[in-house]
Amino acid sequence: MSTRVGVVVFPGSNCEHDVVRALQGLGAGAELVWHDRRRLERLDALVLPGGFAHGDYLRPGALARFSPVMDAVARFAADGGPVVGICNGFQVLTEAGLLPGALQKNAGLRFLCTVVPVVVSSTRSALTGHLELGSVLELPINHFEGNYTGDEATLAQLRAEDRVVLRYAVNPNGSADDIAGICNEAGNVVGLMPHPERACDPLTGRTDGQGLLRSLLSAAVAAPSPALGGG
Amino acid sequence: MAPPADGTLEETGLHRALGLTDEEAARIAEILGRPANHLELAMFAVMWSEHCSYKSSRLHLRRLPTQGPDVLVGPGENAGVVDAGDGIAVALRIESHNHPSAVEPYQGAATGVGGILRDIFTMGARPVALMDPLFFGPPDDARGRWLVEGVVAGISGYGNSVGVPTVGGELTFAPTYARNPLVNVLCLGVMPKERLVLGRASGVGNLVVLLGATTGRDGIGGVSVLASTGFAESGDDGAKRPSVQVGDPFEEKRLIEACLELLDRQLVVGVQDLGGAGLTCATCETAARAGTGMDVDVSAVPRRQPAMEPFEVMTSESQERMLAIVAPGDLGALQEVCRRWEVRATAIGTVTAPDAGGVGRLRVLDGPEGMVLADVPATSLADEAPLYDRPLAPPADVEHRQVDEATMSSSTAADCGEDVVAMVMDSSWVWRQYDHMLFLNTVVGPGGDAAVLRLAAPGLPPSRRGLAISTDSNPRWCALDPRRGTAATVAESALNVACAGARPVALVNCLNFGNPEHPEVMWQLSECVDGMAEACLALGIPVIGGNVSLYNESAGTDIDPTPVVAVLGVIERLERRPPSMGLVEDHGLVLLGTTQRTLAGSRWAVERRGRRGGTLFAVDLAAHRRLLDLMVELVGQQGLLGSVHDVSGGGLALGLAESVLAGGVGTRISVGWDHVELFSESPGRVLLGTRHTDEVLAQAAAASVPAAVIGSTGGDRLIVEGLVDLTMKELTDRWRRALPEALGEPAPA
Repeated sequence: MSTRVGVVVFPGSNCEHDVVRALQGLGAGAELVWHDRRRLERLDALVLPGGFAHGDYLRPGALARFSPVMDAVARFAADGGPVVGICNGFQVLTEAGLLPGALQKNAGLRFLCTVVPVVVSSTRSALTGHLELGSVLELPINHFEGNYTGDEATLAQLRAEDRVVLRYAVNPNGSADDIAGICNEAGNVVGLMPHPERACDPLTGRTDGQGLLRSLLSAAVAAPSPALGGG
Repeated sequence: MAPPADGTLEETGLHRALGLTDEEAARIAEILGRPANHLELAMFAVMWSEHCSYKSSRLHLRRLPTQGPDVLVGPGENAGVVDAGDGIAVALRIESHNHPSAVEPYQGAATGVGGILRDIFTMGARPVALMDPLFFGPPDDARGRWLVEGVVAGISGYGNSVGVPTVGGELTFAPTYARNPLVNVLCLGVMPKERLVLGRASGVGNLVVLLGATTGRDGIGGVSVLASTGFAESGDDGAKRPSVQVGDPFEEKRLIEACLELLDRQLVVGVQDLGGAGLTCATCETAARAGTGMDVDVSAVPRRQPAMEPFEVMTSESQERMLAIVAPGDLGALQEVCRRWEVRATAIGTVTAPDAGGVGRLRVLDGPEGMVLADVPATSLADEAPLYDRPLAPPADVEHRQVDEATMSSSTAADCGEDVVAMVMDSSWVWRQYDHMLFLNTVVGPGGDAAVLRLAAPGLPPSRRGLAISTDSNPRWCALDPRRGTAATVAESALNVACAGARPVALVNCLNFGNPEHPEVMWQLSECVDGMAEACLALGIPVIGGNVSLYNESAGTDIDPTPVVAVLGVIERLERRPPSMGLVEDHGLVLLGTTQRTLAGSRWAVERRGRRGGTLFAVDLAAHRRLLDLMVELVGQQGLLGSVHDVSGGGLALGLAESVLAGGVGTRISVGWDHVELFSESPGRVLLGTRHTDEVLAQAAAASVPAAVIGSTGGDRLIVEGLVDLTMKELTDRWRRALPEALGEPAPA
């Protein structure tokens, strides 16, 4: 049976179908998980996709962290299941306290949709296990609030524990330490601003996202069966 | 029982305050057989406004060809629909939001996006792409920059959040738009063919359900006060700001998802968006289309503010609302779907049978069995607005202008290089603010000749086909000769999609003009329609929808005529990326088509030499059709072409410069052009880069399309022998700096 990835959908999410399509293109099974679910069964990994959960009102992720599914996401993560937050999903994970730091408005105070070079700076995460350290990926970004920030202690800890997963080769948004993606201590929870699902098809111009998603699928198989997701 | 009366017209003069003429008010009294009351007058005023009724333009629009083998729905519905093959239908519409954007750029542009999306999902289609042709005055003062910044931020803020990619558009700066910018918005949607629905209130006894946002006092009179009058000399446009609506993209996103689910589960008989003229428009149009009547309980409409009058509720243009017609037995299931998407759903009325005389009556009631506040034939609002055959006359200076031929005016070779760098502009400052990649369908995004999209979306049957779409306009050409200018604009748009390998199948238009009470504006409109009709007939492209925006004037001066067209094309098999405009090393450069020796209406003449006169070229439409067929054929052959770019604004000079910039590869042109050939914008020409020049020339000859090798690619200079010699660095610097500098921003790193 193929790996099953749950893609969490909040009202206002908009990249959920894209993530499903990209994962299916790599041979994985993927299903949409509505934000009111309290149990996550028979899933090997979770993706919180991009978009504008609950309209991004107040602040991106500030309302989504209170959606019923987030308790189950936290338990799934605590059990070692791979959880990846892409863009808005990253913002939700920081608001929910599953990842440290915060994402503030871009330094240029404008929305930015473009393709940027990103360097793989750690391979100990669920999203980068299959990649070569120091390799450069061409990945689309699409955000207004992608400027990662944290206090000095947080940034120092991320560096010391090798938890900065991806760095911009050319910083587009003012992120501290050029951070494009980070992971938790265990490496199973990852948040990143670039959209790997948008770089999985030569027809639309690039394929560098495939390595990231393949790493996630491998991590899902290897993870210590969080399959019941607690409850 | 007749609705309450408020006194006679002469006493109140109310109709004039609402934007109705004395004759129109008299006609309303005749229809009703009694004087209309305030509520009824308010309803007529919005429905009979220029914006809703097209009363000045309808007579002319009838001349456009609307039939074609692929057309499923033509003009008159919320959107045009064509059959794209493989069981998939494509819905397309373009609209203007000019005046709202002029007084409140962010919300004006944002709600323009919201409105066009609703037109598309009303038909059952999922909106998958937006495009925005924008026209501003030169951004050299604070107000001009405020408009550009605000409009782009509004499109970005709403479109990105609602989750529909903006895949292209246009950006034009010209003095004619300084006080009256144009913000046009196009939306494209896709659906399984069987989901196509029309906004009809059929089935007597069915419920009328209002979905989405509450109704407030925002946007009252948007179509009449704001959209159907010009801007005055006083500059007090801010006073009109309360007629601009405020958008909520999150509400719209949930509304889209809820409506598409309702349609998929067949829980609604019909849906209709609430846009201009709000509830009045949605109720009378759905009833009129079905030949039924409707009772609307105005007290049941959920409100945002206390103490709203019935006329305010009926004409409010509050955003993010839809009207659904529902069988009573399906109401529970509908409410369940809406609850899941957190969308408000309120039954506010019922579909009624026509009266004894066969007339469907729209009645507004105060309470379910309450007092009748208004009682009017639905068709009188929706379809019976007066039709004006307004006087038309060519501008007094038309002959004088045609004599003012710029072509032979002085130019030295030394100027040509500077003319080129002064005209290049990287527009990515705009489109990097738009999500243009969502849905993974964007094969070619903003910045190309046409946007190219994969034909895919959740719930669609699988397909290998693709779509190409291009929006085009040319106010310089149309100011000089609206008929030829419009024909050439249609030709260019069709060529843009053909350059992506797509067969043109349909066209929508947004006709932006000045005050229709000026005979020269009506002449421009009439000429424009004739030019469009000629081109569409000759090229076999039906017009499936349009929008007319009049009263684009300020202080009595009309804008230059600005018809915007969008041509949709279908690519039979989209299996690889079509060649881009970017040059590839060591290719031969072939020019297809014939260059006409005229600079009339060109960017070179108008922008660089300040000469707006001359006689505009005519398009050879038969030759153009052969060129379109040839391009579809050539692009479809794998490996034949390395680069493709159609020649348009700025002529061959800009076409070459853009190809050099996009590919990062230089070129040398060695055929002895003069500046007229270099900057002529005569239509029907394409620049091809290829390793197989003989093969391309042979196929062009077989298709009776003129073709010649004009040079070769390589190096890092743009060289046109005897006229231009620019380095890549010079060109790139000016190209990247142009827009940020014009907006007063630091140049990009």
